[in-house]
Amino acid sequence: MSATHGGYYVPHGSHWPILGSIGLTTLLVGFASLLNGASGATMLMGIGVLITLVMLFGWFGTVVNESLKGMYNDQVDRSFRWGMSWFIFSEVMFFAAFFGALFYARIYSVPWLAGEDVSTNQHLWPNFDADSAAWPTNGPAALGGEFSVLDPWKLPALNTLLLLSSGVTITLAHWALKKGNRGALVGWMVATVALGLTFLGFQVYEYIEAYGEHHNLTLGSGIYGSTFFMLTGFHGFHVTLGAIMLAVITIRCAKGHFSHDNHFAFEAVAWYWHFVDVVWLGLFIFVYLV
Amino acid sequence: MSTATTHDTHHAEHQSGLLRWVFTTNHKDIGTLYLLFSLLMFFVGGAMAMVIRAELFQPGMQVVDPMFFNQMTTMHALIMIFGAVMPAFVGLANWLIPMMIGAPDMALPRMNNWSFWILPFAFAMLLSTLFMAGGAPAGGWTMYPPLVLQTGDAFPFLIFSVHLMGISSIMGAINVVVTIVNMRAPGMTLMKMPLFVWTWLITAYLLIAVMPVLAGAVTMLLTDKFFDTSFFNAAGGGDPVMFQHIFWFFGHPEVYILILPAFGIVSQIIPTFARKPLFGYSSMVYATASIAFLSFIVWAHHMFTVGMPLTGELFFMYATMLIAVPTGVKVFNWVSTMWRGSMTFETPMLFALGFVVMFTIGGFSGLMLAIAPVDFQYHDTYFVVAHFHYVLVTGAIFAIMAAAYYWLPKWTGHMYNETLGKWHFWLSTLFVNVLFFPQHFLGLAGMPRRIPDYSVQFAEFNMISSLGGFAYGLTQLLFVYIVFQTIRGGAKATDQVWEGAKGLEWTLPSPPPYHSFETAPQIK
Repeated sequence: MSATHGGYYVPHGSHWPILGSIGLTTLLVGFASLLNGASGATMLMGIGVLITLVMLFGWFGTVVNESLKGMYNDQVDRSFRWGMSWFIFSEVMFFAAFFGALFYARIYSVPWLAGEDVSTNQHLWPNFDADSAAWPTNGPAALGGEFSVLDPWKLPALNTLLLLSSGVTITLAHWALKKGNRGALVGWMVATVALGLTFLGFQVYEYIEAYGEHHNLTLGSGIYGSTFFMLTGFHGFHVTLGAIMLAVITIRCAKGHFSHDNHFAFEAVAWYWHFVDVVWLGLFIFVYLV
Repeated sequence: MSTATTHDTHHAEHQSGLLRWVFTTNHKDIGTLYLLFSLLMFFVGGAMAMVIRAELFQPGMQVVDPMFFNQMTTMHALIMIFGAVMPAFVGLANWLIPMMIGAPDMALPRMNNWSFWILPFAFAMLLSTLFMAGGAPAGGWTMYPPLVLQTGDAFPFLIFSVHLMGISSIMGAINVVVTIVNMRAPGMTLMKMPLFVWTWLITAYLLIAVMPVLAGAVTMLLTDKFFDTSFFNAAGGGDPVMFQHIFWFFGHPEVYILILPAFGIVSQIIPTFARKPLFGYSSMVYATASIAFLSFIVWAHHMFTVGMPLTGELFFMYATMLIAVPTGVKVFNWVSTMWRGSMTFETPMLFALGFVVMFTIGGFSGLMLAIAPVDFQYHDTYFVVAHFHYVLVTGAIFAIMAAAYYWLPKWTGHMYNETLGKWHFWLSTLFVNVLFFPQHFLGLAGMPRRIPDYSVQFAEFNMISSLGGFAYGLTQLLFVYIVFQTIRGGAKATDQVWEGAKGLEWTLPSPPPYHSFETAPQIK
């Protein structure tokens, strides 16, 4: 059932949201049970993931079909644009929490632990001085044991180059789309996805490297390990999502779903990709370099 | 303002039975779901408050064991904040914003359904922790580490239910922003929008900005507990105080999320019953925006005693006191709206007036708490409890009650029972003050919050407070009776309902058609 109201499409009834709630809840109850060491939890998580995936395919499938049928007018298009922009803003704030943790630890709490401006460290950690508190640090108890950091000018620099290039290729794809050149469009999209996947491959390689004997850098390596893996990990997760979205859009490009003046889905994913790109620049500077 | 176009009845067809409510994408249905859910949670959280007041009725341990008492304080707060007050405001936003701006529905109707239907699952998860090994979360709703990390099996369920509530709030807020920026009828310029719409626009912005920060904060708790990280562990170079900073960066805007829509409601109601336009409309808008801006730079006033550099104490003290300026502007404007108005005192107006007076009391005690050296005395005492209950109960909840009485005739097509409504107001007002006013004295005398037992010198005031609490709780059953009586029948409400009511929603029939404005009205 559906109807338009003054041209604005208002869907009537949808079973996808409730399926999404069931899926997400199953997934999270499974995960929570797994963390509590309950049996059968992995199974529950798996079912939750499956339901959530069915929901995503179904929901997005419905929207794609409605879009192809021309049910969305310009005003609906603007709603989607505003919606996506604010969603990306919420993602920015999510990363801000972790960047905030990084800055707070580096600027305030670690120097305080080492006795700067406060005297409590004489009683708590008398041996933790400014030298041992120099970043990178795993704290006064040296949690996780001695570790070394990764060289920013090797893989991370290469990854920066890869992501920046992917920002260029997706723009070239956009230009091709606007000119109606489908061959070039699909080509540049494939290049973008490939760059994204290569980035992810390098990240995985870097994680293996970090966890290896040489670096011994793990999530348990005190505040450095915590901030390093939390920031790069959530970023990597977002790149993964972005790459999946790009792949879907590439297929839709190949199918000719988009026209030069009507391709919001393409632009939404492009915005998302640029956002992931910008977060990486922040990571490269504040996590790897400084 | 123009009148609504006639309604096309064949569009009003919708599924019948229970599934209608599960699958609905209609802003009114979803608004109703939110409001009923909120009412249910109000009583669940209220029942917990009753347990707390029963235990505090006398010194010593009588009713529950201390661990369960702590579970009650923690769950009461989480349920009232995320389950009662926020969903009530979102429900009001759903019902009213499309009608007030002349839109057919919310901008993203399917997502609107999801925003609501995540909540029952999130709260089922949270409430299920009461039956788990180790009980429900008991470390306070603020979830401070390291204490919260001692939670039993409930811990990951707590974290994930907070994540779900966050997803719900963010989607709901995005929908509100998009609806307001994109769905206004022609001629409905920003500065012509009803103040309820304005306050919700700014609230939604705050929600999108800070709910992800809470998600980040609780995610770090989760990894500290299960994945070996040391964000809040000094041994690894982390800092438990860091959690408090991140939490309150969310938490302070959150308390304005809980009050800005209430400002909007009161700004709609007072002009109607004073039969005068709102005094200082544009200054109201700017004051709301200023409060929202300031909310981002005052968070550490929740942590004055935790250990902060002096410059920090001073900055957060002065920034906090600055909030009194835009808030003062609002109170001044409400009073000036009433000045020489032809006032009548129907139930919504009574609740709105109660709000203005008692919210201001809460504002003043807030100002006292903002003074850092004084806060060293008040911190974590019942003075703080009294303060935020004046702001949240006689503030937020009273405004929600006012809204319910004000718009119920519009929603149901029936007038509520005015006599019973007045009884509800007067009994609530009497008992809420018996309940919370003595807590100021208890706090000033040094009674700490979140402790199930207390020294005997606090006995009288606690007994008075508990009696007020039980009576206030019982009085709210009257509200449920009135609401359901009104839904089932009553005198027919006119379209305008209130003689002095202005705005697009009053041009629609009572009850309004399933889709508010099929064709956008022209606003002159």
